[in-house]
Amino acid sequence: MDGFTIAGRTFTSRLMVGTGKYPSLPVMRDALAASGAEIVTVAVRRVNLEAREESLLAYINLDKYFLLPNTAGCHTADEAVRTARLARAAGLSNWVKLEVIPDDGTLLPDPVATVEAAEILVNEGFVVLPYTTDDHTVARRLLDVGCATIMPFGSAIGTGQGLPNPERLRRIIELVDGRVPVVIDAGIGAPSDASLAMELGADAVLVNTAIAKATNPVQMARAMALGVQAGRFSYLAGRIPRTEVASPSSPETGLIAKESAPTTAKA
Amino acid sequence: MKITVNGKSLEVSANSTVQQLVEQLDLGHERIAVEHNQHILEPGDFATATIEEGDTLEIVRFVGGG
Repeated sequence: MDGFTIAGRTFTSRLMVGTGKYPSLPVMRDALAASGAEIVTVAVRRVNLEAREESLLAYINLDKYFLLPNTAGCHTADEAVRTARLARAAGLSNWVKLEVIPDDGTLLPDPVATVEAAEILVNEGFVVLPYTTDDHTVARRLLDVGCATIMPFGSAIGTGQGLPNPERLRRIIELVDGRVPVVIDAGIGAPSDASLAMELGADAVLVNTAIAKATNPVQMARAMALGVQAGRFSYLAGRIPRTEVASPSSPETGLIAKESAPTTAKA
Repeated sequence: MKITVNGKSLEVSANSTVQQLVEQLDLGHERIAVEHNQHILEPGDFATATIEEGDTLEIVRFVGGG
């Protein structure tokens, strides 16, 4: 079994899926099933006292999925710590996907505040999975304070721009060196992006918008699962190095035709 | 008496507990977390936490997110 382990808990699906932005909760439920995900993320929000809203958890089988609350929407370390504590008080687990994102419209994380909040939460016994930039020094700081994963972005949340800087992610993966799982979170737009993330050696990817906003979310969830699997197999199998010079796949000897003819490459 | 729940003013009967408030709001079957005057309650404490005039509560739950 090719699993990976976060804080002592082993998972076999390397695709984590978010639960936001689906056209409906039944579609979300079916997409989660099609994705094969074991870890699903949720947000923490005030109960709406004015209008009764359908319960998300009515559509998520907690025997089947491990719920990972996030601190999305938190602009400061203090807000994120408070939200994480509330999520834990809801009684599901002490895990939190830590996000500290300034209110500047970029949805890019505040790495300094993220490290600060991570340290507080780790000291309070949380299993902290921090959403971070693709900066390897920040990744090292997060490792130093005891985070359970490193979750660098591929590109900005919801952009679907994929992995424009794969070398930066590769550097983080090398730096972390298997001490904790590296999960590529955000920016993935298509299964090919998820494949690339896995080919780089990431342990898992987290996808929300690319599935939820696809024309057919359920089919895309399946496609994303296959993309992750293909990329993982490719990583394990060991891809060939890139070379400058072409080399034929077919034998260059034993050709019919004239002895004097020059050898032509490739067929 | 008047209290503030999720930023809104709300009328509850005197000496209510958090558990009674949760039931009044029909949230008894929801997985929620409650912060009472900035203090986060364990679910087991709802029944004993008494609400007083002017108290501030935050009640949160899980919603879709990434």
